[in-house]
Amino acid sequence: MDLYEYQARDLFEAHGVPVLAGIVAQTPEEAKAAAEQIGGTVVVKAQVKVGGRGKAGGVKLAKSADEAYEHAQAILGMDIKGHTVSRVMIAQGAEIAEEYYFSILLDRANRNYLAMCSKEGGVEIEQLAEERPEALARVNFDPNTGVTAEVAKDIAQQAGFPAEQHEELAQVFQQLWTVFSEEDATLVEVNPLVKTGEGKIIALDGKVTVDENADFRNPAHADLVDESAEDPLEAKAKANDLNYVKLDGQVGIIGNGAGLVMSTLDVVAYAGEAHDGVKPANFLDIGGGASAEVMANGLDVILGDDQVESVFVNVFGGITSCDAVANGIVKALEILGDTATKPLVVRLDGNNVEEGRRILAEANHPLVTTADTMDAGADKAAELANSALANK
Amino acid sequence: MSIYLNKDSKVIVQGITGGEGTKHTRLMLKAGTNIVGGVNARKAGTTVEHQDKDGNDVELPVFGSVSEAMEKSGADVSVAFVPPKFAKDAAIEAIEAGIGLLVVITEGIPVQDSAEFYNLAAQKTGPDGKPVTRIIGPNCPGVITPGEALAGITPANITESGPIGLVSKSGTLTYQMMYELRDIGFSTSIGIGGDPVIGTTHIDALEAFENDPETKAIVMIGEIGGDAEERAAEYIKANVTKPVVGYVAGFTAPEGKTMGHAGAIVSGSSGTADAKKEALEAAGVKVGKTPSETAELLREVFKG
Repeated sequence: MDLYEYQARDLFEAHGVPVLAGIVAQTPEEAKAAAEQIGGTVVVKAQVKVGGRGKAGGVKLAKSADEAYEHAQAILGMDIKGHTVSRVMIAQGAEIAEEYYFSILLDRANRNYLAMCSKEGGVEIEQLAEERPEALARVNFDPNTGVTAEVAKDIAQQAGFPAEQHEELAQVFQQLWTVFSEEDATLVEVNPLVKTGEGKIIALDGKVTVDENADFRNPAHADLVDESAEDPLEAKAKANDLNYVKLDGQVGIIGNGAGLVMSTLDVVAYAGEAHDGVKPANFLDIGGGASAEVMANGLDVILGDDQVESVFVNVFGGITSCDAVANGIVKALEILGDTATKPLVVRLDGNNVEEGRRILAEANHPLVTTADTMDAGADKAAELANSALANK
Repeated sequence: MSIYLNKDSKVIVQGITGGEGTKHTRLMLKAGTNIVGGVNARKAGTTVEHQDKDGNDVELPVFGSVSEAMEKSGADVSVAFVPPKFAKDAAIEAIEAGIGLLVVITEGIPVQDSAEFYNLAAQKTGPDGKPVTRIIGPNCPGVITPGEALAGITPANITESGPIGLVSKSGTLTYQMMYELRDIGFSTSIGIGGDPVIGTTHIDALEAFENDPETKAIVMIGEIGGDAEERAAEYIKANVTKPVVGYVAGFTAPEGKTMGHAGAIVSGSSGTADAKKEALEAAGVKVGKTPSETAELLREVFKG
């Protein structure tokens, strides 16, 4: 889960990373009150989980609380690359002498952690890495030992900082490592990390991604979830422990196993090319079990998507046998009753497939069509979606 | 022949008394696996009852630790069915005991935990300078050498022994591919898992299949996220002489959305299926558009 800047700032502060005062606001009135509380010049910053907000006009300097009110009014509700701004952070203004870059992230290729640091911060780091890779120090380190004082000084040195700055920078790097380690992050990025006019090092903007698999030991992370920004169907699926991602298409997809479902989306998209370009409507992995209840919950979520015109159920019976899956589908349709209105194409293969197909044939449900292969099932589902659209 | 696992492998199950552990111990025994016991510190000294593949009753000892199990049973493979919360400790225990192969089935392990136990294993080397413990997974179906042994949850009744080696990030996609090619059969099929940090990689499996005389052709299944497929493509170009056929899932996955597997995410232009397909094709690997088409490409290899 990606965090908002203000959430990152709060985590930084909790772990001793030097930050400036910052207060989140959801209305211009709150923004004004926050500006008064902080005092002096403040910055009104749009809180969105996407880059480029400065260019989009989502960051404004305010010399007074009234000005903060005005800027907040303009920024709240703004659309930045498809993200609607529902919060701003009122941040204390700072005199910036120098801007740096620092991050710690999971390095998948090397299977350890990577610290990156540059004396040239405040710019797009991807661009810097491409154009002037020598300006970006990269230091891999062992997850079991972390950013020790030695590693931290090595990072400062490799980034080319003068010796007198090493001590203070190293301390901040170690504090940021504490954030990474204790919050189960996969990314902690500070851009820019600044040196103020008085020579103090401050984390001015932060980006943190935390690992949801570690929620069991980070109960406070539940409060960081922004439910208002979640897609309602995704939220409903999540409440039912379903792994669902909403996409923009007409063929609903249910399958078992992440890889097979991803593959099903692709196969439906290919099949859709022959049927006026219909596309998969979602990713939904119901996992190994495929019980009637799980199947019913899954279908319920998919049929709640108004764009869906047909559904492709693609299950490979591994440990679960196909007869159990077929029974699950039949019972799910009973549970849903009249709310199930879209045609279903079912493809079963694997363990006890003959019995599974027999159960579906016997039930002879008017909405259900069976297919022998994944490719044929995808084609049928795409065809049904397309003809439903044509009849509208 | 096979890679990593055969009929002589002596397998223990970490979490043998739990629900998943019990179910899959039964299925692994049925697949012919030589299971010599299990581990649960709280139930040490007890036994669990199962049946072997011929239907004979077997009583498996429950040991207090992996090192005790290795000492008393000669175990060289451990399969861990341990809840995410306890998975790191279980893995560390197996690594410190010096088990040769550790298969971690558990889904949902925090990635920092995986990074920690993987690096511990990588640093604990034997006299040959190589890590003592090979890890497969986590979040994977494990490894099956059909007709000989199963260390994991792959259905053993899909297919039999044959000349294809398979390595895949995904479980059900592996089963689908084994099913499509069930008439030809497999030497060994490995699911390496879809997490961001995994032990055994595509490259490790490719190297092992290249060196396995029974494996005549290799199927490699990848998915979006990371650059493991791109690196595997480079490896194939330089080192693999056997025919390799590939498949990549996730062409329609949008940017920034995790598709089920923790590691399956496209961020910016990195990790896309298109980039992986291109890299594989540039290395001479034929890449199928669908699982069925991929199976067809593999068939052509055997038709000559």
